Amino acid sequence: MSDDTLPDPDSEPYWDGAAAGELRYRHCASCETVIFYPRSLCTHCGAPNPDWAVSKGQGTVYAVSVVHRAPPAFKGQSPYAVLLVDLDEGFRMMSRIIDVEPDSVSIGDRVRVIFQDGPDGRPTPYFTPA
Amino acid sequence: MSLKRACAIAGVAESRLGVVPDSTVLTLQAEALVAALADAGLEKSDVDGLLVSGAWGRLPGLQIAEYLGIQPSYADSTMVGGASFEFHLGHAAAAIQAGLCKVAVILYGSTQRSRADKYIFQIRNDLGYQYEAPYGLPTPVGSYAMAASRHFAQYGTTSEQLADLAVSTREWAALNPKAYRREPLTREDVLNSGPIATPLNKLDCCLFTDGGGAVVVVSPEIAKTLDKAPVWLLGQGESVSHAQISEMPDLTVTPAAKSGARAFEMAGVTHTDLDLVQIYDSFTITVLLTLESLGFCSPGAGGEFISNGRTGPSGEFPLNTNGGGLSYCHPGQYGIFLIIEAVRQLRGECDARQVADATLALISGTGGVLSSNSTCILGVE
Repeated sequence: MSDDTLPDPDSEPYWDGAAAGELRYRHCASCETVIFYPRSLCTHCGAPNPDWAVSKGQGTVYAVSVVHRAPPAFKGQSPYAVLLVDLDEGFRMMSRIIDVEPDSVSIGDRVRVIFQDGPDGRPTPYFTPA
Repeated sequence: MSLKRACAIAGVAESRLGVVPDSTVLTLQAEALVAALADAGLEKSDVDGLLVSGAWGRLPGLQIAEYLGIQPSYADSTMVGGASFEFHLGHAAAAIQAGLCKVAVILYGSTQRSRADKYIFQIRNDLGYQYEAPYGLPTPVGSYAMAASRHFAQYGTTSEQLADLAVSTREWAALNPKAYRREPLTREDVLNSGPIATPLNKLDCCLFTDGGGAVVVVSPEIAKTLDKAPVWLLGQGESVSHAQISEMPDLTVTPAAKSGARAFEMAGVTHTDLDLVQIYDSFTITVLLTLESLGFCSPGAGGEFISNGRTGPSGEFPLNTNGGGLSYCHPGQYGIFLIIEAVRQLRGECDARQVADATLALISGTGGVLSSNSTCILGVE
């Protein structure tokens, strides 16, 4: 899991944000598009260098899968629930729900971000029931 | 500009399939090439176009050309996952139409089962993947499971309906001597096969085999000189949507919605004109979503469409008649086998599993995690 190429120039402000307890995304001042994951241009209009913004960290579960056969790096952790979360600001991200039974999570549930150390020791956004 | 009848498929073949330890990715592709050229009635020296895909080498497009002793004047190494070969078919048609080549070969081989340590995909966690990698979603099955969860919640689709597709596909495999898994399968077998990533169970997932294939694509002028009846490309469309599942705009609509519409329009045919359909079945849910996106049924109706044996040998909708990636073979990138089976059906070469009076077929390849799709319509008239 550990990757010494990270963070990279696109992601450094994102991971710095996570370390500061902030879920950061980007926003295009030209066309108002919300951009996640962070990129160096607007995925809609192509304008370079979109603004950085901070999410309130509140969202709704868009999809969920409880993993029973974990990849090698995650052996021993299953079962766990991986989510796609639609944040209220209008972007979607993958994460995992923690502090609840994995089977108790449903699509449409409200969740909020919390930060914990991820598999490589870096503070990483996870979600918990709102 | 249209690709309708810009090229014909003149020869198809598999290599040995299943578990083939006494092989390499190169020998399997050579095996398939020799057999497909013999099927077409052409020589290796006729080949001037080469279209390959794979993650098995440093530069697969160069390594295989060198090994085979082919110096193509048209080369395409488009790599968009398991659908690459349906993209290749459209690209070969365009190249032939433009006069860039006359005899193009689409090739694939994998020894992922027997030599996995050497030739498997390297999972990368950098660039865009760094935002998914910390969460431990197994790839690609976990991404397809996400899409299934969404479809279940949105439309009430059930695991039983997905299981029925696996059962029908196995019934076709039982009629195919080359299929890897041919023993009977029940809905309960699928439901009790153990969860991998909910809601997908083990038998919702494709096989993990070795294997290779080759498809010989020729200009209309050459097609008319060969012994076997040509299988014409009548329509093709392709579309790329995303690389990772968190970037897929709507998990219930695949890029087949765009590519399929283009293929139908180009061919000038409709769904009810088709005699058989081959749809990439990396997972049961892949087929359901692709059928809906191609417009065979309305959004949300896919569960009912594939259940109760409708797609099996006794059903009204012949689908994946070789036994599919679920039961026939799946050597990493399965798309080339969709072409091979459709051509054989249209030629009437399928013996026990032959669809009667088949003259028009649709094939639809999906790659990545519902990321790419190319759909082709083939016909013998």
